[in-house]
This record gives sequence, C-alpha cells and structure tokens, in this order.
Amino acid sequence: MSSGHEKKFKPDQMEYYDRDELVQIDYRRVPEKGWMDEPADIRHGNFIYPANPQKLEYIGFPNARHWSPLEKDWKLPSNWKEIVLQGIRERLDKYRSFKVFMDICVRCGACADKCHFYIGGGDPKNMPVLRAELLRSIYRNDFTTAGKLLGKMVGARPLTIDVIKEWFLYFYQCTECRRCSVFCPYGIDTAEITMMARELLNLLGININWIIQPVADCYRTGNHLGIQPHGLKDTLEFFTEDIEEATGVKVDVPMNKKGADILFVTPSGDFLAEPGIYTCMGYMAIFHELGLNYTWSTYASEGGNFGFFTSADMMKALNSKIYAEAKRLGVKWILGGECGHMWRVLHQYMDTMNGPADFLEVPVSPITGTRFEHARSTKMIHIVEFLADAIKHGKLKLDPTRNDGRRVTFHDSCNPARGMGMLEEPRYVLKNVCNNFFEMPSNTIREQTFCCGGGAGLGTEENMEVRLRGGMPRGNAVRHVQEKHDVNVLAACCAIDRATLTNVCDYWAPGVKVSGISELVANALVMKGEKAREIDFRKEPMRPEELVRPEEPEAAKDPKHAKEAAHV
Amino acid sequence: MGILAAFLAVTALFLAALVGIDGLGLRWVFGAAIPYAAAALFVGGFVAKVLGWARSPVPFRIPTTCGQQKSLPWIKQAKIENPSTTLGVIIRMAFEVLAFRSLFRNTKAEIRDGKLSYLSNKWLWGIALAFHYAFLVIVLRHMRLFLEPIPGFVLAISKVDGFLQFPVPAFYTTTLVFLGAVTFLFARRVFSPQLRYISLLNDYFPLFLLLGIGASGFWLRHVEKIDVSAAKEMMMSLLVLSPKPAQALGAVFYAHLFFVSTLLAYFPFSKLMHMAGVFLSPTRNLTANSREVRHVNPWNKPVHVHTYEEYEDEFRERMRDAGLPLEKES
Repeated sequence: MSSGHEKKFKPDQMEYYDRDELVQIDYRRVPEKGWMDEPADIRHGNFIYPANPQKLEYIGFPNARHWSPLEKDWKLPSNWKEIVLQGIRERLDKYRSFKVFMDICVRCGACADKCHFYIGGGDPKNMPVLRAELLRSIYRNDFTTAGKLLGKMVGARPLTIDVIKEWFLYFYQCTECRRCSVFCPYGIDTAEITMMARELLNLLGININWIIQPVADCYRTGNHLGIQPHGLKDTLEFFTEDIEEATGVKVDVPMNKKGADILFVTPSGDFLAEPGIYTCMGYMAIFHELGLNYTWSTYASEGGNFGFFTSADMMKALNSKIYAEAKRLGVKWILGGECGHMWRVLHQYMDTMNGPADFLEVPVSPITGTRFEHARSTKMIHIVEFLADAIKHGKLKLDPTRNDGRRVTFHDSCNPARGMGMLEEPRYVLKNVCNNFFEMPSNTIREQTFCCGGGAGLGTEENMEVRLRGGMPRGNAVRHVQEKHDVNVLAACCAIDRATLTNVCDYWAPGVKVSGISELVANALVMKGEKAREIDFRKEPMRPEELVRPEEPEAAKDPKHAKEAAHV
Repeated sequence: MGILAAFLAVTALFLAALVGIDGLGLRWVFGAAIPYAAAALFVGGFVAKVLGWARSPVPFRIPTTCGQQKSLPWIKQAKIENPSTTLGVIIRMAFEVLAFRSLFRNTKAEIRDGKLSYLSNKWLWGIALAFHYAFLVIVLRHMRLFLEPIPGFVLAISKVDGFLQFPVPAFYTTTLVFLGAVTFLFARRVFSPQLRYISLLNDYFPLFLLLGIGASGFWLRHVEKIDVSAAKEMMMSLLVLSPKPAQALGAVFYAHLFFVSTLLAYFPFSKLMHMAGVFLSPTRNLTANSREVRHVNPWNKPVHVHTYEEYEDEFRERMRDAGLPLEKES
C-alpha cells in the first residue's frame, strides 16, 4: 500500500503505513459495482489469524481445524449452510433486538460516518448500515416473504461461501463500540448484530486466535493471559518492589484471602503490558493507603471477558468465576478495575447471567460510609466511582502538583460511556489529581467518544492497517489537543485502550503517552511514610517539567507555560 | 436499478388504476375489494409483525446510555438520556418518537488537509421531522372524509393548515411540505454516492409511492376539484361495510385510493414498520439501572463452567509452593 515504506516494514507494523497516504480518503468515492457484487478483499493487514484448533477444542467450540482466510477453501463443514440458517433462526427467537434490528432499518445513512472504521478507511462496507446489511440480506432471503419472492431487488441474496468470507472480514472490523447506535433514530445497535454474526461464524469454527486463545486461557487459568496462580503472585509482588522504589512504602498483596471485605477484579492486561501495569500499581498503592480489607483472586483474575466476543454462553461461563469466587471467599462486595468491555458485561449482563448475588451485601465504602445504592443488586462498583466518593469526602491526601508536568486529556472508553454512562466520575477524579486537564472536542468524547480501534478482540498486530484507520478519529482528536494545549497524557479507564491507544498516539499524535486513571491518582497520592517522590511508577521523573524547563526558552515566552511555571 | 424499478412499479400502479376505471370500469375492484384487502393486510400484517417481535424476549438490559449514569448522589444524572426510572424512559422515548432526538445529533465527518472535522448536519433531522408531521396532519385532515360530524380538531387543523387562503380551495401548507420533504429524501438518495450505494428498491419504492399519493391528492383538490361530498359518501359507505363506489369520481381519485391501498398493504412487510419498531428497540426503551435492579433472562440456562475445585486440582502444588491458601491440602 505505501510506496517507500513497504520494503523495510511488514503489514503488521505501524511504520509500513504512511500517515499522509492513509488519510487520503474520499467518502464520495464508492465502487462502481453494487456491494453484493464486490467480494471481500482479504489481505495482510486487514484480518486476524484464525484460532488455534487446540484452544477451540479445549473450550468445546465446534469445527476446530486449521484453515487460512487467504486460501480459497475454508474447509467448512458440509452442512454449513444449514448450520448458519438454523443459527439465525434460533437467535431471532432468543433476541428481540436482533429481530427488530433486522426489520426496521430505513437506510437513512445517519450512522455511516459515525463509525471510526468508516471515517478512517472509507470502505462503504464499514458503514454500520451496510455492515448490518451483510447479515440482513441473508435474513431477507430466507426469513421474509418479500425477500423470497423478489430477491436481489429488495436487498436479499442467497447464502454463499463469499458471504461467509465477507462476514469474517467485516464483523471482525467492528469493535462493538455502539457509537452508531447513539445516532440511529431507532437505536439500532451494530454491536448486537456483530455479536450475532460472530456467534454464527463460531458455529462454523471461524474465529480469530486473538480472541479464542484468551478465552481458552481464561477458562483454564482465570485470566486471558494464562497467568497461573503462582505467576500472578510473583507479578504482584514484583509490583510491590516497584511501588516501594518509587514511594518508599511497602504495600502488601492479599491474595485468595478469605474474610476480606472486598474482592478486587481487574483486567489481566493490568498485570502484564505497559502502561497497564502502572495502573495496577496505582490500585495497590491506593488500597494500601486506604487500609482496605480487600483481596485479589487468582481464580477470578480477569475482569475483562473475551467470551463476550464469541457467544453469550461463553461470556457467562467466564463471568461466572467472579460471583463464584466472591461467594467462596465470603467477601461483602466486589470492586472492579479500569476496563471497558469488562464494565459493559458487569453493568449490563453479569447480574442477569450469573446473579442474583444474594450472598453479597450492598457495597458500602469502608472509608466514607457511602452506600452505593445504584449497585445494590449487582453488588459491584467501579474503582473510579469508589475513588470519586473517597476524594469527595477528602479521604485521599493528594498533591496534584506532582502531575503538573502531565497535561492530561481523557478518553471515554466506549463501554463505560455508552453501556453504563460513567462520564463525570473519571473527570472529577482526574481534575482532583491533575491541575492541567483539557477536554477533546465535544464530538469525540462522552457518549460520542471514539473507539481506540482495537476493542472487541481486535487489538492485535496482524490487522494493523485496520487498527490505525480505526484509531484515526481518536488520534485526530488527541492531536488537536496536543497542538492546542500541549497535551502529553491521554488518560483512559480501559486496559485495551492502554494497550492500543499507545499505538494510536504513537502514530497519529506522537509524544502523547497513555495512562490509567489510578496511575495518575497514585502519582498525586501522599502516602503515610513515603519518601520524597522523585520518580513515578514508570521510573521516570515525577516532575519532568522541573528538569526540562531551563532548556526550553519558548516556555518562558509562552504565557501559558509561564503561568504554569509560576504555579510550580 | 432500484430507482427505475421503483419508478416503473409506481407508474404501473397508476396506469392500472386508469385502465381499470376508465377502460374496464372496475370501480368495485378499486373502490371496494382492494381497499378492504389492503386494510386487512395492514391491520393483520401490522399486528402479526409486532406480535412476532414481542414473542422474542429481551434477554439482556442493553440501553445505549447517552448521558451520565445514576451513581453518587452529588453527581447529576442525565435522567432522560440515561434513565433509571420508567418515567425517564417514557420521556426518552417521547423525545425519540416525537422529536427524533437521536437524529438531531447527526453530524457530517470531513477530512480537510489530513484533519478530521465534524460539521453540524441537521438537514436530515429537520426534513424527516417535517415529512412525518406533514404526513400526520394530512392523515388527520382526511378524517373529515371518515367521520360525521367532523370533529372540531380536524376542522381546526384544516383551518390552520390552509392559512394561505390562496387559491381556492386553499393550498394546505402540509401538502407542499410533504411533497417537498419527500422530494428531498429522494434527492439525497440519488445525489449522495454513499447513500445511492446503500439504497435498495425498498427505499425508493415508498418514496415514489408517497410522491404519487401527494401528487394525485394535489391534483384532486386543486386541478380536478373533485366533489368532496361524493368522496365522503363513498368513504362512509366503505366504513359501514356497504360499499358504494362513487360513479361521479374519476380515475385519478381511484388511483389516489389505489396508491393509499398499496401503501397500507406494503407497510407491514417493509421498513416502514420502523413506526412500530422504534417502540420495541431495547437500546432505547429500557431503564439503564441494571446494577440496581436485576433483569431476568427467560432463557438463561446453566453453562459449563470451570469450577474453583477443578482449578485448584490443576494448580494445587504450585499454589502451595507459592504460599497461596488452599481449600484442600491434596
């Protein structure tokens, strides 16, 4: 695709793609042939490798086999058509959302340029309306009278192998972010349609390893990364050393502790990848400072739920560990870390699937006494809700000037924004721990926030082109505040964001680093017995502005900087 | 292709009525049999469709939250955009149905010099709203042909609607708005390449049909200036199930009626069912209080899970070595 770049780099590397070429998009240019006659163009950079058959067999998913999306023969079971049509029938009977959304779209097009993949790529099949039509056309053909009689004229087409290939490409180019559903006059939610399509593909053994491997690992070890119990203990203990190095305070790591008041569950991305691990250290430092009687669990060591990206049943199976572990350990309630789709599952699905959690108590903050009535059935609250309450009651001693070198903006993660509505809590917390907070443009935050481009199990490297394109709207907004306000930190309360927005920023807004909220809170947190805070958890200077200011002549000229310097 | 097919289909309907009335004198077919059949299809199809949707459960509580959740008492909740009460949902739905709230958010994305910007784009919202309300007023105005005595509100609507008082009989503003709006909705499908790409026969056909209805109605009132009392007599006869197709009314009147019959018959089997569907959309019509009140899934069934016991059995040795507490020592 990119002239000079392609020789040195591979399609799974960012550098392969030229930024200026990538934004050469003309939305008005559409293929000459109708979309039904345009076969899926599957090539390196735009698809994700199929699942390892052993992992599929482990979780009992059907039709495990070796196959390649680039080959002509996908080795489908002989009765594949029957399987798909029966699958559609069953899902129409199980989900009103699916049935209604198949029937009522008027193709007004309001959703079209709301999808980050369409905005950043210009491929019409990434318009949510057309993505849905990929499945709707089969529904019409086999489940409606008009479709049976009039066929292609009314947007119906028979189910063929090419349709399956198209589904594989485009339903794995949807991050289930639900931005389109905000703008749809009927609330048609492409996430629902993508979920159905992925369930159907799973029936044929068509899935991606980036999702299936974490699912299988989570099923066995309790977390997506396959970290075994002793490994998790080592990891967290290693974090305590880093925390001690930065703060001088030794925190403890309560694990699988019966009799704790609170079970803490976070996405396992926080255990392994930078910058997630700093968020994790943040949780540990905060819990220590507050003296919480809490525990980690090795069995329920995953808040995220990649099962959500395969099927409702697998989502339920993986999620069941949280309540089961809370019951086994005898905790009172559950606290959840910073994660996106994790919170969609916890907020909108967990209680329904695995509740009622009548063995738990309504969450009450032991620090402030606040009773979290809004979670009185599910008995699980978000750490940012918990922190906002603690800060409001003045229970955290904070020195926000420590974050003065960090000029922060906040990325609302799709699911906490559109599947929950946690919009003010993170802003309240951030504004209390950072003096320099700037919002991105209003069309790109809160319920209109843009996906990182890697949600719903797409945050890997082999689909790099798709991710960079999908990350373009977010990257563009970050660059806007970077240019306008010198923003250098993008805060996000999602593990996938912390991983994938790092690439998005490196590509679209180089110089901006991604950080979790709890990391920034822990930076500002004044701990009992701490030493002078010279470094943060990243082992970088806590106040980099003091180190660089003398060498920066323009800093003194710019009134904005001058004010800040005076403030420090 | 969809455009042409839709145009030809509507033209064929018109010609069928002309030939049927002027050539073959099939007043009973076009003036009684078809309207009855269409009404039956409309009611039966509509009810069947809605019941069909209602038969499928709503397993999960999945509202799209478009504002601040209810959480801490000092954080102001967006009670309509993220409703936690039934009243909130009713208001949210009212905004959606009566004011097209979601469509009001519409923006247009544009890339200029490598930078993405979002332009305000309220055209679709404004014109869609104009179209639907004009259509509603037109339907209400027509009640004068179905009700005796004519209810006061129908007379009032007609009076306001005809405020232009020009020519005689007065132009109804809604007729003009209706025709203009439908033309716009058609034009955007034709002139926007993206929209043309996604548009189907099913999108063009209702637009042509509505244009046909509007144009023939306009013709009847302002050009042909038909005998309204004859039309009313005929409609009342249909209502009391003793149809008397009017001999005094010409082919265009029957074509108008045929168009409307087609619309009614087509309605339940088409995207026009968004009228009912919007009320059943689970992303809009549910309270967003899923952590506060448990939502029950009727088909929730046990799934195979990996239990803690199985987990500990696999990792017991390593857990013991790491000093992690165990349920069973061996």
